[in-house]
Amino acid sequence: MAASYFDVDGTLIRTNLVHPTLFYLKNLRTPLESLGKLGRAALKTPEMILAELRDRRLFNEVLFSAYEGVSRDRVKVLSEEVYDKVIRPAMFPFAKELVARCRAEGQDVVIVSGALVEVMEHLARALGATHVIANNLEFKDGFATGRLLRPVVAGPEKARLVREHARTHGHQLDDCFAYSDSYSDVPMLSIVGHPAAVNPEPKLADLARTYGWPVLQLESQDKMPRKGALGAFFG
Amino acid sequence: MSHPSVVTLDKKSAPRTLFAGDMLVEVDLPPGTRCIYPKPPLASLKDPDAAIRYALNHPLNSEPLHAKLRPGMKVVIAIDDISLPLPPMRRPDVRERVLTIVLEMLSDHGVEDVEMIIATAVHRRMTAAEIKHAVGDKIFNAYYPDRLKNHDAEDPHGMKYVGTTEEGEIVELNKTAVESDLLIYVNLNLVPMDGGHKSVAVGLCGYKSLRAHHNPRVMRACHSYMDPTPKTSALAASVERQGRLTNKALNVFTIETTINNRMFDRPLEFLHKNEDDLTGFERTAMKALVRTLERVPQAARQAIFERVPAPYGMTGVFAGETEAVHKATLEKCFEQYAVPVKGQADVVVSGIPYISPYNVNSFLNPLLVQVMAEGYLFNMYRGQPLIKKGGTLIITHPCTDKFDKEHHAPYIEFVHNLLPETRDALELHKRYEEKFATNPAYIQMYRTGHAYHPAHPFYMWYWGEAGRQWLGQVIVVGADNEYIPKILGYKTARTMAEALSMAREKHGPSPEITCLRIPPIVIADVS
Repeated sequence: MAASYFDVDGTLIRTNLVHPTLFYLKNLRTPLESLGKLGRAALKTPEMILAELRDRRLFNEVLFSAYEGVSRDRVKVLSEEVYDKVIRPAMFPFAKELVARCRAEGQDVVIVSGALVEVMEHLARALGATHVIANNLEFKDGFATGRLLRPVVAGPEKARLVREHARTHGHQLDDCFAYSDSYSDVPMLSIVGHPAAVNPEPKLADLARTYGWPVLQLESQDKMPRKGALGAFFG
Repeated sequence: MSHPSVVTLDKKSAPRTLFAGDMLVEVDLPPGTRCIYPKPPLASLKDPDAAIRYALNHPLNSEPLHAKLRPGMKVVIAIDDISLPLPPMRRPDVRERVLTIVLEMLSDHGVEDVEMIIATAVHRRMTAAEIKHAVGDKIFNAYYPDRLKNHDAEDPHGMKYVGTTEEGEIVELNKTAVESDLLIYVNLNLVPMDGGHKSVAVGLCGYKSLRAHHNPRVMRACHSYMDPTPKTSALAASVERQGRLTNKALNVFTIETTINNRMFDRPLEFLHKNEDDLTGFERTAMKALVRTLERVPQAARQAIFERVPAPYGMTGVFAGETEAVHKATLEKCFEQYAVPVKGQADVVVSGIPYISPYNVNSFLNPLLVQVMAEGYLFNMYRGQPLIKKGGTLIITHPCTDKFDKEHHAPYIEFVHNLLPETRDALELHKRYEEKFATNPAYIQMYRTGHAYHPAHPFYMWYWGEAGRQWLGQVIVVGADNEYIPKILGYKTARTMAEALSMAREKHGPSPEITCLRIPPIVIADVS
C-alpha cells in the first residue's frame, strides 16, 4: 500500500500559517489581551519576513512565539472555530475530491503541515485523511511557552518525517505520492516516487517542468490559480 | 491503367518532398518507386447551410429533428473535440455552422434547456479559445462556460452507468447526456475511423468503457482501423455493441459532416501537388520553404504551419439514425480518400508530419511519432495492408525527445520509465496500465488542467500494435538522437539511401518500394 503526503497551505487551502494565528490572537479571553498580542505580533513582522527569507523553520518558530501565554484549553476550543471560519472556506474546490481519489486507490493520506496539530486534525477529518504530521506547541502548566516541540515541521524536516512515517507504516517511498505548492518542500517531493506540484509558485513550477513532475491545480476547471503577494510570500 | 494519383518514378523524376515533423526533406527514390498521392479535393457544397437544413429535415431512418422537439424538454448537444480536423479549419468551422442551425431550430420549438458538451472522452480539455474557434463567438458567448463544457470522464458525480453488452463491455457515459430527453451529436468526420457509434459511445465515455476495446488484444484483431466494419475491426465491433446499447437507452439524433482534403491554403498550396507537376514558381517556393524551415527555430517552424488554418470545404452532411447516417458518411469519406492500388510493397516510405489528432497546438512527441507511423500510417489502407507482412516502413522524422509538459504530462513517464522496461503491449497492459491510469495526480491534471488522461499514453502504444505485429522493421531517417528510436524499437539511418540499403539487405536487391505521400490524407484501396 502507498501513501500520499499533502502539504496544506497553498496546496489544499488558499490560506497560510498567518491567517489561523491571527484568528487565534483576535479571539483571546479579553479584547485587551487580543490587542496586546496582535500589537506584539505586528512588531515581529520584520523579524518574520527575515526569518522566512532565511529558513521556513525559523519563520514557524517566530510566528508561533505569538502564542506565548495562551492556554491549552483555548488552543483546543478555538481550533474548531479556526477550522470552520478560516480553513474550510479557503479549501480549494478540488481538494476533497483529490484526497477522496487517493483514498479510493487504497492509499493512506497524510497531512504534513507547519500549522498546529489541533487545527489540522479537524481538516484531516473533513478531508478523510488518515494521519496528521503537524506542529505542536510546547505547554507549561497549561499555558503555551511560545516554543514549538521538536521536531518542527518545516522544510527538509518534512522529508525526514515523511520517510519515518513511510517506514513505520510499511510504505515503499517509490510507490508514494507527495503534493506541495512550495519550493521549500522540494526535499519532501524529492524522496517519493510520484511528486506533484500543486498550484506551484514559479520556482517550483520551473523545477517541476524540468523534471517532468505533474503540475496540477485544485481551483475550478476553467480558472487558473491566482496568488496574492502575501500568499506567494508565505504560501 | 493505374489511378491518376498513383505515379511511378523514373530517372527524370524530381526528388520527393516529405514531411519530417515540422520540416520538409527532399529525398531521391529509385526509379520504379510507386508514389501514391492524395486525391484532389472534392468540390465543396455550394450552400452548406441549406444542405444542413435539408439533412435535418430529411434525415436517414429517423423522423426529422423538428418532430423530436417539444417545449420544456432537455436537449444535450455533444460535439467533436479539437482532434478533428487537422489542422483546425478556417472559420466558420462546420461545428459552428451546424450548431447555429440546430440551436435556431431548438429555439423555434420552445426548447430552452440546452447544454453542450465537448466529447473529449480521455483527450485533454479544450481551452476556451479552442472552443470559441470551433463553435464561433456568438454561441461561445451565449453558452460558455455554464452550458458549454468539456466532458469530464473522471467526475465522480458526472458519469452514469447505462448497461453492459452481451460481451461484457460496460457502457458508462456522461450523466448529463444520459439524463437528457434528446442527445444530438454533431460530428466532423475526418477519417473513416471517426463517427458512427464511436461518437457517443466513445466520445462521452470514460476509462471503464474504453478498457473494453482500447487494449492490445482488440487492437491486434483489427485489420485496418480505416475500414471500420465489425468484420474487419474488433475495435469497430466492440464500439458498435456499446453504441447499439446506448441508442436503445438514449434518444440519439446523429449529425455527421464530411470535408474535402484541401488541407493547405495559400501560400502553402503547392504541398498538395506531385513534385513533377510543380510550376517553376512553385518549385522555387518549395525550395525556399525547405531551406527556411531548416534555418528557423522549432517554434517558428510550428507557427508557419499552425498559423494558417486549413481551408477545408464541407462535402456532405447527413442526419438521423446513427448507423444509416454513418454509412452515407463513410461513402463520402472513401470517395475523397480511397485511391485504388494494385499489390503490396516490400518497402513503404513516408514522411511523418508535425501534427496528429493528439497534439493540436502542441509538439508531436516521440510516442505520437510512433502513433503516426505504426498506428495511422500503417492503417491507411482498405482491403489489405499496403505493406507486405514483415515489410519495411521507412519514415522521416527527427524523433526529438521533447514533450508538451502540460498536455502530455503522463506521456513523459510512460516513454522514459515504462518503455525502457518493456515494449510488449500485453505486458504494459497487464503490469502497468491500471495503476498508471488511476494515478490521482495525473487525473487531476486531466480534470482541471489540459492534460491527456493517464490511460492515453497506453492507448497510443496499443494504437501501434497492429502495425508492430505486421511490420518487419521500421527505419527512421533523420533522427536527431539514437535514444528515442531505440526506445520505440526503430532502426536509424542518416540518409534515405542508407535506409533503402538496409531494406535491401532484408528484401533483396530489388524490393518493391512505395512512397505514401501524406498529408493530406490518402487511403490505399489495396487489391
